[in-house]
Amino acid sequence: MHQPHGEPRRSIYFNYQVFPAYTGAVGAPHIARKPVVVVGAGPIGLTTALDLARHGIPCVVLESEQQVSEGSRAIVFTRRSMEILQQVGVADRVSGMGLPWNCGNSFYRNQLVFRMESPQAPDDRYAPMTNLQQPYLEQFLAEAAEANPLVEVRWGNRVTALAQNSDFARLEIDTPAGSYELDTDWVVAADGARSAIRTLLDLKLEGTSYEGRFVIADIKIDLDLPTERLAYFDPTWNPGNTVLMHREPGNIWRIDYQLPEDETPEQALQAESLCERINAQLEMLGFKDVPWEMDWSSVYSARALTLSDYIHERVIFAGDAAHLLPIFGVRGANTGFQDCHDLVWKLAFTLKGLAGPKLLPSYTDERVSAAREIIDEAGKSTRFMAPPTAGYRLVRDAVLSLSLTQEFVRPLYHWRTSRPHDYAESVLNCPTDDNDRFAVGPRNGALLLNIKLGENDYLFDRLGACFHLLYFTSAAFIPDALLAQVQAIRSSGVPFQIIAVTQNAQTRVVGADQLIEDTSGHIASKYGITQGGAYLVRPDQHICARWHQLSAGQLHTAIDIVLGKH
Amino acid sequence: MNTMTVHDLEVVYDVLADALDKASAAKAELFLVKLALLSAQALGSAQTFNELAQSALQDL
Repeated sequence: MHQPHGEPRRSIYFNYQVFPAYTGAVGAPHIARKPVVVVGAGPIGLTTALDLARHGIPCVVLESEQQVSEGSRAIVFTRRSMEILQQVGVADRVSGMGLPWNCGNSFYRNQLVFRMESPQAPDDRYAPMTNLQQPYLEQFLAEAAEANPLVEVRWGNRVTALAQNSDFARLEIDTPAGSYELDTDWVVAADGARSAIRTLLDLKLEGTSYEGRFVIADIKIDLDLPTERLAYFDPTWNPGNTVLMHREPGNIWRIDYQLPEDETPEQALQAESLCERINAQLEMLGFKDVPWEMDWSSVYSARALTLSDYIHERVIFAGDAAHLLPIFGVRGANTGFQDCHDLVWKLAFTLKGLAGPKLLPSYTDERVSAAREIIDEAGKSTRFMAPPTAGYRLVRDAVLSLSLTQEFVRPLYHWRTSRPHDYAESVLNCPTDDNDRFAVGPRNGALLLNIKLGENDYLFDRLGACFHLLYFTSAAFIPDALLAQVQAIRSSGVPFQIIAVTQNAQTRVVGADQLIEDTSGHIASKYGITQGGAYLVRPDQHICARWHQLSAGQLHTAIDIVLGKH
Repeated sequence: MNTMTVHDLEVVYDVLADALDKASAAKAELFLVKLALLSAQALGSAQTFNELAQSALQDL
């Protein structure tokens, strides 16, 4: 019988809540069937569940533990992750507690050799990065899930077997009171880097594992340093290796340092070793006698691996279960949020019978290609942070040395932060629209651009779990033929909203669901568009078609394509 | 590509040898890689640099 850890985990800053284990289905006379079972109540599993609920799809989340995860783990969330968390309703709690930042620094021989400031554009609601410990995020998501009638989280439920059938999967689940079986149309495997589902299906990840190992340690200390990324190359106390520091809420600091080549993780995590090295780093920064307390430590090695297909019959992989990406550039959880946001609307439309045959498979196409692109970029960062061979080490060391005086090598310190993927090659993009005839604005496959509409009011705040047509007009009504086409789309069951971007200070546009005033022309110029033009936006806020002049027939074609029917 | 005169080449020969001695055996590799990167920057072409690297790999 499954016996999850029943005592609250230890932490300086976070009070762990032990949730009661679900045992209600043990001994039930019938096997229940669900449309979706999500395996894993981490950030990706819970975000998937809440996102499905927005589309009206109920699901069960199975979590083998009875509490949120141990240690700070993922601590940096990108703007795009915040926008996705906004869609599922927890971004306010994250930004209320998290620390926003936008600058990163690289030091070599006590000299600042590279500084990068990510732009904080006035049209963006969220900072480029927000630091928050993962247990807080998981707690916020878990509380939102508990409050959502469409989400049922079953704590203390471990999947022990999985059988695939033609149109459903059967899971065997172990609990503290015995086991039970559960049938589901779809399994979303969001059970993390050591995915049990991936193991049960005997799937292998492809890619590279790097040798360099890092200690990740969280300490409580009062340091007078800004919330910025701090990277120290080849410090005197750890020659040849790299040290990273990040501020977390509550005077907690993350210190990551690379291990000497011949040291084992067990040796590195011994209390004396941790203490000595953290003291050496603090002393180097001029904080020799500042008292500190250890919260959590772990060892990490950089891997850049992905499954080659995220959909295996009735099982769909997302997040770390689908791919393992180096932490440099904050690509772990931040990639996972984009996975589940890409997946959820496609899965919801498939369950509702609205999808053509190409819609769900496009999840694999879009996200595996995203993962491969990230692996390529992350490989560059990793080869700089933790050089894998003698040749890479020599060139890296030469760059460090040159960087003290030579400007041209300094961009090599760039750590290539996670960014929203552009699905430019997606089969869901309309090939017959005006995409190629736009000089500016986000192209097909790209993320919609946020716009500040007023105080505490942004375009992304207005978006819901549906398609949106951003229609630029100076008229007082949506043309009849276009409106008739939109009605036809809606009556087929596809949720669809027209957002009229008004260019003539109109107070009313008949047929539009929402109005956004753009008399200044700011939105039109950012989107490279004039009157009668439009952007068609997927429920995950990516663009799939755009026109200088939109006709009803063109909209019909684009919707069929984005639903995977062509 | 510009070609150096024999005199220039002789100067480069001596400069390189003296600089390697100055760098010391322990730092010779690091010095050469720094020099290679500076030369690549002066060259301004990744493709030409790649061709040069392939030439240098011959007959080691």
